[in-house]
Amino acid sequence: MMPETSTRWRRKDLLGIAELSPAEIELILDTAESFAEIGERPIKKVPTLRGKTVLNLFFEASTRTRSSFEIAEKRMSADNINFSTSGSALEKGETLIDTALNLQAMAPDLVVIRHGHPGVPHMLAQRIEAGVINAGDGAHEHPTQALLDAFTIRRHKKTLGGLKIAIIGDIEHSRVVRSNVHLLTRMGARVTLGGPRTLMPAGLEKMGVEAAYTLEDAIRGADVIMMLRIQLERQGRMSFPSVKEYFQLFGLTTERLKAAKEDVIIMHPGPMNRGVEIASEVADGPYSVILEQVTHGVSVRMAALYLLSGVQEETA
Amino acid sequence: MAKNLTPKTTILDAKQMARIVRRMAGEIVERHQGDLGAVLLAGIRTRGVPLAEKIAAEFERLEGVKVPVGILDITLYRDDLSTVGPQPQVKGTHLPGSIDDRVVILCDDVLYTGRTVRAALDELIDFGRPRAVQLAVLIDRGHRELPIQADFVGKKVPTSQGEIIEVSFLSTDETEQVRILERPGKASGKE
Amino acid sequence: MSAKLLIHGGRVIDPSQDLDGVFDLLIEDGRVAKIDGKVQKPKDAETFDASGLVVSPGLIDIHVHLREPGQEYKETVRTGTMAAAAGGFTGVACMANTDPVNDSRSVTEHILLEARRHGYAHVYPVGAISKGLRGEELAEIGEMIRVGARAISDDGKPVMNAELMRRALLYAQHFGIRVIQHAEDLNLTGEGVMHEGEWSTKLGLPGIPGSSEDVMVARDLILTEDTAGRYHVAHLSTARSLDMVRRAKAQGIDATCEVSPHHLILTDEEVAKRDFSTSTKMKPPLRSEKDRDALLNGLADRAAVDCIASDHAPHHADEKDVQFSLAPFGIVGLETTLSLCLDRLVRPGIVSLPRLIELLSTGPARVLGLPGGTLKEGSPADVTVFHPDEEVTLRAAAFRSKGKNTPFDGWKLHGHPVATFLEGRRITVA
Repeated sequence: MMPETSTRWRRKDLLGIAELSPAEIELILDTAESFAEIGERPIKKVPTLRGKTVLNLFFEASTRTRSSFEIAEKRMSADNINFSTSGSALEKGETLIDTALNLQAMAPDLVVIRHGHPGVPHMLAQRIEAGVINAGDGAHEHPTQALLDAFTIRRHKKTLGGLKIAIIGDIEHSRVVRSNVHLLTRMGARVTLGGPRTLMPAGLEKMGVEAAYTLEDAIRGADVIMMLRIQLERQGRMSFPSVKEYFQLFGLTTERLKAAKEDVIIMHPGPMNRGVEIASEVADGPYSVILEQVTHGVSVRMAALYLLSGVQEETA
Repeated sequence: MAKNLTPKTTILDAKQMARIVRRMAGEIVERHQGDLGAVLLAGIRTRGVPLAEKIAAEFERLEGVKVPVGILDITLYRDDLSTVGPQPQVKGTHLPGSIDDRVVILCDDVLYTGRTVRAALDELIDFGRPRAVQLAVLIDRGHRELPIQADFVGKKVPTSQGEIIEVSFLSTDETEQVRILERPGKASGKE
Repeated sequence: MSAKLLIHGGRVIDPSQDLDGVFDLLIEDGRVAKIDGKVQKPKDAETFDASGLVVSPGLIDIHVHLREPGQEYKETVRTGTMAAAAGGFTGVACMANTDPVNDSRSVTEHILLEARRHGYAHVYPVGAISKGLRGEELAEIGEMIRVGARAISDDGKPVMNAELMRRALLYAQHFGIRVIQHAEDLNLTGEGVMHEGEWSTKLGLPGIPGSSEDVMVARDLILTEDTAGRYHVAHLSTARSLDMVRRAKAQGIDATCEVSPHHLILTDEEVAKRDFSTSTKMKPPLRSEKDRDALLNGLADRAAVDCIASDHAPHHADEKDVQFSLAPFGIVGLETTLSLCLDRLVRPGIVSLPRLIELLSTGPARVLGLPGGTLKEGSPADVTVFHPDEEVTLRAAAFRSKGKNTPFDGWKLHGHPVATFLEGRRITVA
């Protein structure tokens, strides 16, 4: 049974993990536990957000996160409106403020937004009354991803504190890393970031993590390994010559996996590049919980939608 | 539990509660002509659950039958979520198996406006199609706002709006009793 | 308007004469006539009561963007010089990144004409180093100097081509002018929008490493040494660059530098504190605490920092009202500099008041070879009068500048400008 807690969600928005307390993080995870069961019912719906409108604003292409939010919204009986563009007309900032004003006029109850520029959800949250959920802002944060990752880890390891967690890949450009580092360190885990020196950003020690520059060093004794997608399509950074070389140095194979703990779990936020950051045999192997993450994503997002749809002040 | 409420009377102590639960269990068995095979007890969180468990224990004692007990969290089906402030905690629903063609007996500690039961009914329908749904409550305090009545009642306690019925079970509250509490500044209040 | 003005009872501080005391200042025919303990007021003289105030040589901001010609929606010579006067400045040097670029005599003349017409402050145009700021070939520097430009700079952009910089340092010597460099290696900067460090990592914003500035300063100091040229680092922002300039000076290299107030007060953490507010976005970016502290430590040292300049960069509100990644770089400074410096540098004892005045008048005048920065007898009577510690609240909405983009809006500070005089003429800003 869930422990009684007096924490209630009082924030208008979910913009990042950096500002959340451990109690708030636990509240979301505990709430998500209750929502997980709904996905196993014959009728996978609860009426909680009936009549509420959720706007999905995806300025960056995304199949996985967007459909996960859509499913979550529908399971809560909310009406959702999708507004997506992979750049083009709404790339320029001029329209962002106008977009916000137009949104305000439509009076949605919640807005889920993904954008390529850090800080955009924050700008939006300041200007509209609806609660804003950050579905990813540039390389800054992706809070629901970190929450579903933590949920998955908790299901397997019972606790987050004291775990050794390795995150490997393009650390510099990853919002998943930043949100996960905030969350996991706050909940008492030890995090090691691994990857090529050219993809490690400055000042990592200040975030309370260790850096490792070989795969073996990063995953030694790890309870959890998170592999990140390597994005070589980002040109202009001159950071890595080829995917072939990346796989040779940092690809996770069954052989290399031996350096981790015996009951290690393998995670990936998706989409995966098989044969680049992770070998197929590992992705599909017995240690992988990658598909579970997707299931848990819906529960966590339902929990987020539920908590953010409350009013901030007690009116009763 | 209750903040700035003053206890007025204790209407049931642990012994009296046990007697009432025994009597209710007996009534249920009688109503079903001794056949509990299709029955499923669904306790409404939070204090409907210990009631359901106690009734199930009585079934086992009386008839030697183990009736499945489920837990219903009706938070997500409440009709007052947009007015209560920050969202209440959701603790989750767990039903043992399918409810199709079963007789589901909803158990709750207090029947008041009837809205909780309405929410529980809506939730049950999302799980399947029971043969019948019946309602067993420990206390019926009146003041219904919906056309809902209990099939099995432990005790009818007339109350006023300013009063609160506080049911305590050992498993949830470290004591077993039923008390009437009063809100401050009500009819009999001195403040 | 009389040709005689007596500014009496104020604390007169003139670093060029090592003067600091309560004196009367008599101005006749636009020039400083006398400074003495008690000057007898001539019959036909006007007076200005400066008791309780400080009287100094007119302050000069040698790094200002007036945006005219071409971007008058951001600022004009008129509004920019009004802002200068309101901020206590009698002179500004304006950069060439206008539209068209100030790489020709006609643009230089236009700016000077506008400045003279409105008369709020002296304007000293800085001409471009390269045609169109393209960094390929020298602009007509001689022509621009002939009509009144005082220095050259491609500011807004660095001169990336080392050979071009070397040529500029040589060519400038024909005219006795200084070459000002916006020191930045654009390749190291890349897509950076804030200082590369702990905070850019936390915020997920691409960073501008300190090395981007340092690499350029190092290169240019070598070129300055080889050419025996005269060089100035605009808006110097890193500890390492300051260190290199200090060492170059010690070796006899003619290098000078300026520091902007925001680099002395804020750090990169401000971007996070302000939730990605674009009022914290400028180039060079707000740097680390270590850099800020090094700059503060170097302020008092004459062998390190030569002057303070605001890099006043007005933008239209709509342009700044976008996400951090897309906003243009820059904040205004003319109407915030003096109060910020008095409150955050003099008050806590980081620099003395005379040293601050040196950094804001004598220093800039010396760097660019401008008349001013002195109240010696016979010099043009450009005078600034300010209150050294009266509390004031900065209000961007009340700025004379068209640009309201500042992170200091609402700051309560001690000290503020009171009046400016241009050649003895009191400047009133409506």
